[in-house]
Amino acid sequence: MVESRSEAPLDMVQMMVNMGPQHPSTHGVFRMVLGIDGERVVSVDPHIGYLHRGSEKLCEGELYTQIVTLFDRMDYLSNFNNELAFCMAVEKLMALQVPERAEYIRVIMCELNRIASHLMFFGTMGLDTGAITPVLYAFRDRERVQSLFEAVSGARMMHNYIRVGGVKEDLPEDFRQRMAKLMPQLKQGIEEGDRLLSFSEIFLARNKGIGVIDGKTAISYGMSGPALRASGVPMDVRKDEPYSVYNRFDFGIPIGEKGDCWDRYYVRIEEMRQSLRIVEQAMAQMPDGPISTPVRGVLRPPRGEAYARAENPRGEIGVYLVSDGSDKPYRVKVRPPSFCNLVALKYLLRDCYVADCVVILGSLDVVLGEVDR
Amino acid sequence: MVRTVVERRRGHGVPQAAVALDDKGRALEAMLPEILKEFQPDMGAAVDLVVVTVKPRDVASVCRVAKESPQLAFDFLLCLSVVDYGERLQVVYHLYSTTRKHKMVVKADVLTEEARVPSVTPVWPGADWFEREGHDLYGVVFEGHPNMSPLLLYEGFEGFPGRRSYPFNEYTEW
Amino acid sequence: MSLGDGIRMIAGILGLFLGLTIVVLSLTWLERKFLGRIQMRMGPMRVGPYGLLQAVADAVKLVAKEDIMPGRVDRVVYWMAPLVVFIPSFMVWVTIPFARDLVVRNLEMGLLYIIAFSVLSIVGLVTAGWSSANKYAVLGGFRAAAQLVSYEIPIILAVLGVAMLSQSMNLVKVVEDQATVPYFLVQPLGVFLFLLAGLAEVGRTPFDIHQAESEVVGGPFVEYSGAHWAVFFLAEYINTFTIAALMVLLFLGGWLLPGLPGDVAGVGFLVFGVKTYLVVLVIFWLRGTYPRLRIDQLMSLGWKVLVPLAFVNVVTTGMYLFYGWPAWSLTLMSVAILAVTFWTIGRRMRTTPKPEYTVKLYVPTTEVPHAG
Repeated sequence: MVESRSEAPLDMVQMMVNMGPQHPSTHGVFRMVLGIDGERVVSVDPHIGYLHRGSEKLCEGELYTQIVTLFDRMDYLSNFNNELAFCMAVEKLMALQVPERAEYIRVIMCELNRIASHLMFFGTMGLDTGAITPVLYAFRDRERVQSLFEAVSGARMMHNYIRVGGVKEDLPEDFRQRMAKLMPQLKQGIEEGDRLLSFSEIFLARNKGIGVIDGKTAISYGMSGPALRASGVPMDVRKDEPYSVYNRFDFGIPIGEKGDCWDRYYVRIEEMRQSLRIVEQAMAQMPDGPISTPVRGVLRPPRGEAYARAENPRGEIGVYLVSDGSDKPYRVKVRPPSFCNLVALKYLLRDCYVADCVVILGSLDVVLGEVDR
Repeated sequence: MVRTVVERRRGHGVPQAAVALDDKGRALEAMLPEILKEFQPDMGAAVDLVVVTVKPRDVASVCRVAKESPQLAFDFLLCLSVVDYGERLQVVYHLYSTTRKHKMVVKADVLTEEARVPSVTPVWPGADWFEREGHDLYGVVFEGHPNMSPLLLYEGFEGFPGRRSYPFNEYTEW
Repeated sequence: MSLGDGIRMIAGILGLFLGLTIVVLSLTWLERKFLGRIQMRMGPMRVGPYGLLQAVADAVKLVAKEDIMPGRVDRVVYWMAPLVVFIPSFMVWVTIPFARDLVVRNLEMGLLYIIAFSVLSIVGLVTAGWSSANKYAVLGGFRAAAQLVSYEIPIILAVLGVAMLSQSMNLVKVVEDQATVPYFLVQPLGVFLFLLAGLAEVGRTPFDIHQAESEVVGGPFVEYSGAHWAVFFLAEYINTFTIAALMVLLFLGGWLLPGLPGDVAGVGFLVFGVKTYLVVLVIFWLRGTYPRLRIDQLMSLGWKVLVPLAFVNVVTTGMYLFYGWPAWSLTLMSVAILAVTFWTIGRRMRTTPKPEYTVKLYVPTTEVPHAG
């Protein structure tokens, strides 16, 4: 148990602590080997791969329609966003037009999913800093979103709802009533959570100035999403390269200033508010019409390759799809946002305390299912 | 699970995905041959992306030029993937510029037996885990990478499970 | 000591043990229920009416569980540690009066005795951490040592202020002295110091650093299970209750309440109990609200804020006693010092969302085409 390396002259040994894979705040099966000197972290060696299922390889053996389910299981907190990214890649390859209504349904679902995912982040961030109440506030609202998802797609988590060419089925009849009820609840829930945690003195003390990364470094590490925007880089695929119907909505991209944990946290809180705005506009604009472009026979995209980008709650997801013209893809490569954000962990964890490790990792909001695939 | 076995149709007779470059893509296509002249790149396009194929030993230099040239300014590595085409492996770099908002693809073909590509970690530190993953699953050696230890697999894993030759999807009843 | 005295002593200790066990059971139930209400849930509901028997069920479960000892622990120390933590926290209660005449042994130097004994449990935590042969436990044990030792000073100084006021270390006398004006009105600064330092002493949120489950996974207790863990648990809740009880005795007038005959043992006991449980609820409330401080922040709060304030408290009390000023002058000084402190801290950490804390919105300048 006590492994030691005596290099220092005074017979001092550095304590190595294995944080994870079974640790309450590594958000899954992540493992960090920390070399600590008292409470200070002097070295860190992140290990992943405990949840590696070979999802990319599995995709090569499945039909295109079946792959959607595999994407559900990568980032299990933002299933709709993942499904959308894959479907967009296939549609790009096939130059397939998606009906208007389907696009709106996709956007609404994705943005609600973003809110649900950020709520989860809000709760776990509270837990990581030692506050036990935020997680229950977050889950109350997340539960409401999840039950709406259940009504729409039939499943609470692995939806398999967004399909190539549209969505699985139309919205339930009482969808508008449900949304009319849900929206104020969500708004109130987000504000309550914000008041409870965001400006608490202790929370500020724990997060301000911790794990600072500047914009340039963050870009070079390939960080994306809220983690990058917190460093002041306004990069969001929804604005830079609007996919689906995102160019029809009026919304802002929250960006932070210092790139510390608190900025990463608050950018997400602000994003939830913006997502609510998008959902509201989408609900108002949503036309009637077909919800799917029928594809005859087995789905066989033409030969070629496509790269689809989408903005996931955790960052930018990319799907690189190589097709040889058959009914199964030749190669599927996913750019998982958490994976790329996690690369910067070593940089973020320089010169911090053991307690900060937990907060910094929490502020990156990683999902290990996606990191390991 | 019962699955219909569909014979793969390769080669001719299969429709090709149409190329549809946008304005930024066309502008990039026009200026790339000039900037990358010394590397003699093969220009191409895939749907909405400009594709540049270079020799494997040039990859790191091409990437550095792409990052540092002011017209290109590809400061963001979107994705690094390895695709297995049987006798050759293709290393694919998706690049993006956060300032100019354009993107392109750099490709390099290496022989499967001696798959060696210079590492781009000095250019983008974010390539670190992508390259380790490529080494794990496909056996591509990224020369100059600081630490090529297994990332997704455990120490001492035999074989390269990403490759198409690796038995993976052939389920057997037992 | 006569035979009667001896029997009375043993009966008292047994009664104390039984009483404290019941108190702990009630506290666990209360904490879960109260936190549940804070967190918009029901808390325990299944075992007994309002889940009242949940605590009993938990106790039975803990005692019946297998006691696991990891392979490379230091056996003797490992088994002794829970007792070393528990016994001092229990011993303290020997001299704590529930009502004027309801005390096992009323010591003249009661306060000194309490301070002296409550420090001992640190030894238990450190040995528990060390002997577990687990790095998280070691980290937690060291954290406990650092934290508890440094918070001993403000707590002793806060208690000293009270002792100066009442000119006695006898808890009964301290309470009797508050018959006219309870000390929390005279010494608000002392209350503040005692509450903060007390929370840190027992390691409750926001100072639950040595057992932070998101960092050191339970700290010194990480390897303990079953009955041994239950002993730690018992000690922790007794400590919480001790701090609340001392708070009541030292500052809130103990068993005295204006308009009630607090001298009657039954009434006094009830008043004391209600007051103590209210203080405990405040402690639980804090737990439901606040995140946890980091160890260095905790230390700097202790040494840079609480220790100087505690000295100021002692000095102002001394001035008040020496010059024979009226009681309200001390109140005034206390409040003024508190105000200055909060103002200074507030200037450094702003409570209200000022512009630097908000996040900017970025909207690209290029107009995107609006379809439809």
